[in-house]
This record gives sequence, structure tokens and C-alpha cells, in this order.
Amino acid sequence: MAYSNKVIEHYENPRNVGAFGTSKEVAARKDIGIGIVGAPECGDVMQLQIKVSEEGIIEDAKFKCFGCGSAIASSSLATEWIKGKTVDEALTIRNTQIVEELSLPPVKIHCSVLAEDSIRSAIEDWKKKSGASPASTSPTPVTQHA
Amino acid sequence: MISSNSPTSNSPIYLDHAATTRCDPKVVEAMLPYFTEMFGNAGSRNHQFGWQAEDGIEIAREHAAKLIGAQAKEVIFTSGSTESNNLAIKGAAEIYARAAAGQTGRGHIVTAAHEHKAVLDPIRRLMREGFDATFIQPPADGVITAEMIKAALRPDTILVSIMWANNELGTINEVPQIGRLCHEKEIIFHTDATQWVGKMPTNVEADQIDLLSWSGHKMYGPKGVGGLYVRRRKPRVRLEALQDGGGQERGMRSGTQNVSGIVGFGKACELCFNEMESEGKRLLAMRNRLETELKKRIEVTVVNGHPTKRLPNISNISFGFVEGESLMMGVREIACSSGSACTSASLEPSYVLKSLGIGDDLAHSSLRLSLGRWTTEAEIDSAIVMIETAVNHLRRLSPLYDLHKEGVDLSKIVWQAH
Repeated sequence: MAYSNKVIEHYENPRNVGAFGTSKEVAARKDIGIGIVGAPECGDVMQLQIKVSEEGIIEDAKFKCFGCGSAIASSSLATEWIKGKTVDEALTIRNTQIVEELSLPPVKIHCSVLAEDSIRSAIEDWKKKSGASPASTSPTPVTQHA
Repeated sequence: MISSNSPTSNSPIYLDHAATTRCDPKVVEAMLPYFTEMFGNAGSRNHQFGWQAEDGIEIAREHAAKLIGAQAKEVIFTSGSTESNNLAIKGAAEIYARAAAGQTGRGHIVTAAHEHKAVLDPIRRLMREGFDATFIQPPADGVITAEMIKAALRPDTILVSIMWANNELGTINEVPQIGRLCHEKEIIFHTDATQWVGKMPTNVEADQIDLLSWSGHKMYGPKGVGGLYVRRRKPRVRLEALQDGGGQERGMRSGTQNVSGIVGFGKACELCFNEMESEGKRLLAMRNRLETELKKRIEVTVVNGHPTKRLPNISNISFGFVEGESLMMGVREIACSSGSACTSASLEPSYVLKSLGIGDDLAHSSLRLSLGRWTTEAEIDSAIVMIETAVNHLRRLSPLYDLHKEGVDLSKIVWQAH
């Protein structure tokens, strides 16, 4: 299968690779949400960590991915897109946008779904840990007044 | 041999010889006149064009027979191993069936779960047509022994079909012993020897084989031509033809013969016969160095299949915590295969690796590297460095590698499969 140039570019220069500490350290931090989706048996595991401000803005994001080139590119792209967004804005990202941006073929759509799931999963985790109720994550004052 | 015939230096390193091989230029040279000056139909018995074609075919048949220790009359030409397997399995089942078509209990067939699809699928079709079958689960080293076959036999077993060497692993099954067992029990023994013939010494008499399939394009011959050995004595094996017509190839394979292809196949057999021994040693040394270096440089590297009962040219290696397709993307300058799900339409990892009980995660992490006639030491050196670099790049990205380094047992984690 031929890969799009964007997939190859993300594969070779993945953005925001890493984690905010060991799995124990990040588990203890309330400002960090962790999403781990997929399974090694399925050939895909995506780990997304988001660092969220008190105002609900995703200040930083890090990813790690075990998966094909399209999965790596999808998760790398997801970190780029969510950085600087509010959690609510990040939740509006759809897998179809990732498919379009990376020109993923039909057989690779599941990679984009996994990336969307990892965003949701990380945000849910952050909400749980930070004690933020779903209502309090409505658009922040900054965006409301903009 | 290497310099003038090798592909240009800017093309990728070809380590996928188990998929197909480059046609040897000597093969192409032998074939060419049969497209133009000697274009006759071997069935034309009354003029020179026909005689030339027939001579070309019969010389090829001699070379093919010599390569496997058979009589020329016992070799029939087909379009390749898939056809040879279909003809051998379906053709024998039909003749040796214990009940008429349309009935059940027509007979039992023994094979293994990690056979090629071109063996498994004909057997599955026969199961829909009243035959029973046992698919032996291979052990962790992938080698099928005569003991395993013996345990699977039933009073109504009519056919055993076991490949000589596995196409994904290169592992070698106990063929002579299985042949002896089948002959003792008077059961027909077929072997798909596609990866074996041309690389390893073959003697259908000593190895007690009744039916043997092989293909031209796996041994530096053309695609679209193969052979089927059909034993003529002790016992005389009969086959029901799959296609009817002009009665070519002893009536077992009607259709005008692919003269140029058959001539090329014969030439390829002749070259393999002459070069097998030296080539085997050269390939084994390079393959072993490839594996030793990769294991030395990269932790959690596992060679799949039996360590020594393996063809000299195939290596199937899993690199833990790295997914196979992304690894192939990282080594785009190497043409090879992966057992990863993502390289197939089914999104399932290799059923061959799974059948050995290798975890799905390691099955997803595998590369098959297969060497051949024009593989050079320099190419192996480059491949080692490229693979090491790509695995390191991907492990930096791998959440599984982090967990491994933290000492977490990955098999104990409950994953959110999607």
C-alpha cells in the first residue's frame, strides 16, 4: 500500500512524542488525563496524555503509539490538533477529519477512529481525576467572550 | 554471477524470495526462441514446429524429474503450485473416495493448520463435498513429525498432505518419515514442496512421496508454470483430472502446453540442481549472520520456528513492542513481508504464526526476510543497520516498550480492545 506524503512525514517526524512521567507519576497527577486505547493483539495501542489547565485548556499533549504508520500519523496529528484547544473543542474532533487530512485509505479508517477514541478517553480520565463535572467543561470564559 | 545480473543499486534490497524470485537470465535466454522461431504446438505431431516444441518440453521434463529424483514420465506440468496442489488433493480424493459423490463419509484427509491456503482451501472444499479432515495444530517450533501424523490417522484416512517446508517460517517437516508411515498404511502422501525443491536435495523414491507440487517462480524460473510429480509405481497413483480437453499431460491436465514457460521451468530446475549445494551454504551463512546480528543488537528479538530444522534462506523474526507494518515502513529500502495484520486485507495477524501459539502481539511484530541467488553480503550488512535503526525509532514511540522497561508484564494488562 502506498502511503500519503503526510503519513510518511508524521511517521518520520512524529510530533509530541512522549509522556509526562512514568505511568505511576502521571496516574497521581490531577492535571493530566490519560487515554490508552486498542490492544497489542489487535496490532494497535495508542496512548495519549493531556495536560489541562484549571480553565480546561489543553496546554500540552504527548503520545506514544504501537501500530502501523497510519496509526502513528493519526495519533501524532491528534496531539497537534488538540494542543491549545479547550477540552470541549477537542471533543468535536472527528475521525473523518483525520482521514481527510492524512488521505487514509478505507482499510486504515480504524486508525483514525482509534485517535478520536484516545482523545475522548484522555479527556474522560482528566474529568474523573480533576473532579470536573461535565457541565463545568462547557466553553471557557475566554472563548465565550471572544 | 552477481555483478552483471544483480538489479540496479538504487532499487530496494530484495529479501522476499519466499514470495517470488527474479528469473535467472539464463532461464529467459532459454525461453526466448520458443516465443518466435519455435512457436509450435507440442500437440502438432506432423511437422517440425510441433516436434521442436515437444522436444523442448521433454528436455524440460527430464531436468524437472532429475531435480526431484523421479522418472520423466512421472512429472506433469501445471500453471504452478496452486494448481498442482488442487489437482493432487482433489484429484486423489475423487479417485480414492470410499463413497460416491453426494454421500457423506467419503474419506478422511490429514493436514496441518499452518499449511498454505492452496492446500487448506481445496481440503475445505472437499469437506463440503462429503470428506472429513483433521488439521493438526503444530507445536511451538512449527515442525510436523511422523508421530503427530500417526496420531491423527483413522481407518478411513485416504490422503495425507503435509508441506515440506513452511512458506512463512521456513521450518522443515519430517517428510521422509511421514512418507514411510503413509506407505506402511497404504495412504496417499502429497507434499507441497514449493519452498523446498530447488534449494534442498529431493528424492521422491528415498523420501517415499506419492505426489509433490512445486513452482517455477520460487526457484528463478518464470511465473505461471509448475510441476506435479505423480508416482507411477509402488503404488501407481491415479488422479481425476480437474479440467478436460485434449488429454495433454497424460490426460491429467488438458490444455495446450505453455511451451516457453515449461522450457524456462526446466532450465530453472537444471540450474538449481547444479548450484543447490554451494548456494545453500552461502545463503545459510548470510541468514545466520543476519539473525545473530539482529539478536545481538536488538533486545526482545525472537526468531520464529525451529532454530535448525529450517530452510537456509528464510528468517521469520519478531521484534517485541514494534508493529510489523510500521517496521516495514521504516525499512522501505528493504522489500520483505510481515505477519502483521495490517499487511493483509483481513486485519488478522498471520494464521501461521498464530497456529504456533506465538502471541498475537509478537505475530504483529514479525518480519519475514528471505534470501536468494543474488543476495549479497553488503545487502545483509545494510539490512541489519536499517532494521536496527527502524526498531529503535519505533520503540521510542512505543507505549508497550515503556511498560516493558518499567517492568510491567504486558500479558497481565486488560486492554480496551476496540
